[in-house]
Amino acid sequence: MADDASEDLKETPLAGLHRELGARMVAFAGYSMPVQYPTGIIAEHNQVRTAAGLFDVSHMGQAFLVGPDHATTAAALEALTPGDFQGLGLGRQRYTLLLTEDGGIVDDLMVTRSSSVDDDGRLMLVVNAARKDVDYADFAARLPSSVRLERADDRALLALQGPAAAAVIARHVPDAADLAFMAAGPAVFDDMPCHISRSGYTGEDGFEISMPASDAEAFARALLAEPEVAPIGLGARDSLRLEAGLCLYGHDIDAMTSPVEADLTFAIAKRRRADGGFPGAERIQRELAEGPRKMRVGLTLEGRAPAREGAAILTDGRHIGDVTSGGFGPTVGKPIAMGYVDTAFAADGTSLSIGVRGKELPATVTAMPFVPHHYFRKPPR
Amino acid sequence: MSTRYSRDHEWVRLDGDVAVIGITDYAQEQLGDVVYVELPEVGKSLAKGAEAAVVESVKAASEVFAPIAGEVVAVNDALADEPALVNQSPEDAGWFLKLKAGDKSEVEGLMDADAYKAFLETI
Repeated sequence: MADDASEDLKETPLAGLHRELGARMVAFAGYSMPVQYPTGIIAEHNQVRTAAGLFDVSHMGQAFLVGPDHATTAAALEALTPGDFQGLGLGRQRYTLLLTEDGGIVDDLMVTRSSSVDDDGRLMLVVNAARKDVDYADFAARLPSSVRLERADDRALLALQGPAAAAVIARHVPDAADLAFMAAGPAVFDDMPCHISRSGYTGEDGFEISMPASDAEAFARALLAEPEVAPIGLGARDSLRLEAGLCLYGHDIDAMTSPVEADLTFAIAKRRRADGGFPGAERIQRELAEGPRKMRVGLTLEGRAPAREGAAILTDGRHIGDVTSGGFGPTVGKPIAMGYVDTAFAADGTSLSIGVRGKELPATVTAMPFVPHHYFRKPPR
Repeated sequence: MSTRYSRDHEWVRLDGDVAVIGITDYAQEQLGDVVYVELPEVGKSLAKGAEAAVVESVKAASEVFAPIAGEVVAVNDALADEPALVNQSPEDAGWFLKLKAGDKSEVEGLMDADAYKAFLETI
């Protein structure tokens, strides 16, 4: 991440607002993005854990898979991912992985089925900013002729995250607070049309709101005017998702790592484990049966020195893996990391060490998330 | 003698033969929230420009280079438990280390407050 916004960078519709709010802008995935606002990353992190924060995630790719009916569109997506989309209900959302033919990960993405039977056959996708071009080319090359990819580059995306998010959004969209976790649908925010899902990348309850780019600033100003809400940059987005144990593409997962190695087997639907029919099925089914050679684990360090991406994970001086994300966890109050280790050393509680500047820092394999998720669960009626 | 400043955004304050060293307010502002400071062993000799310390912010690690040569005679142990002192009081309670200066004239060669202020305006 270069600390330089002078290159030929794209901007989101909120670039002017970020500058007005005093953001420090950095280059990220080809965009000029706010890494932090004047209060700083730790204050922003704590804001999201205790109240609510607003993230501009308009750099992410929004697109639709469009086919003649749900069965056709779902089958086309199932040919590229290990998810169950035939069984995805109206207005439901699912996390999935676009796979290479070798069972590596092209990208991780969110998929939402339209909530209305009237435009069924459409699946909304949200993909990583840095992978947009790769993903869209990949879909274009591998989709059947009956299903096409429709980019939605004219839309912006905001995330409202934190324990106060539901109360805040209910003031603008009364029904939104009733959405189940990983459910979505069209809504009207004040007088503006939008699409809201109950999901996020922080481990907290929250919403992602997609709207026409031209309305994004009005949404952002309305939400920032709420007393519980402050703007949050990419720095805190990273520390929040690390504590939540969530992968960052290009760091914790990539085209070489499989979903089993990445401990993302929850994204491999039960029906599909047996039936296969997705790219790399042979490798993935073998790893499910025999266990992978290496696995993604969480690590908690003793002391205060953080370990960063690329640091070697060691046991008795032997190199058994590498850190893929690491830093200080403000809520945990300690340095934390995730990385890959030989499967023999992946059990929770295993004592390892991490090489940082010539020293071996003691670290313990720790179940993730590091901070419990607080996703919304509907109370029983 | 007044405080002097390096182009790497360290400050140096001479107290007799001993130079107190830390990072400037501009440096802490650029780094953001400091979560860890790795300090050298007392007794270590540092050449001018050698790595003297490492500052870890939430986002990244940054090296701090010795603005003058000398032997480490003290380090700020308070930073071990309270690294945020670097943000709160960079040019006072958030000091990093004390060097017994080998050549005090090296301090004279650094910028004074006005020159450092002018230097910041060129960045």
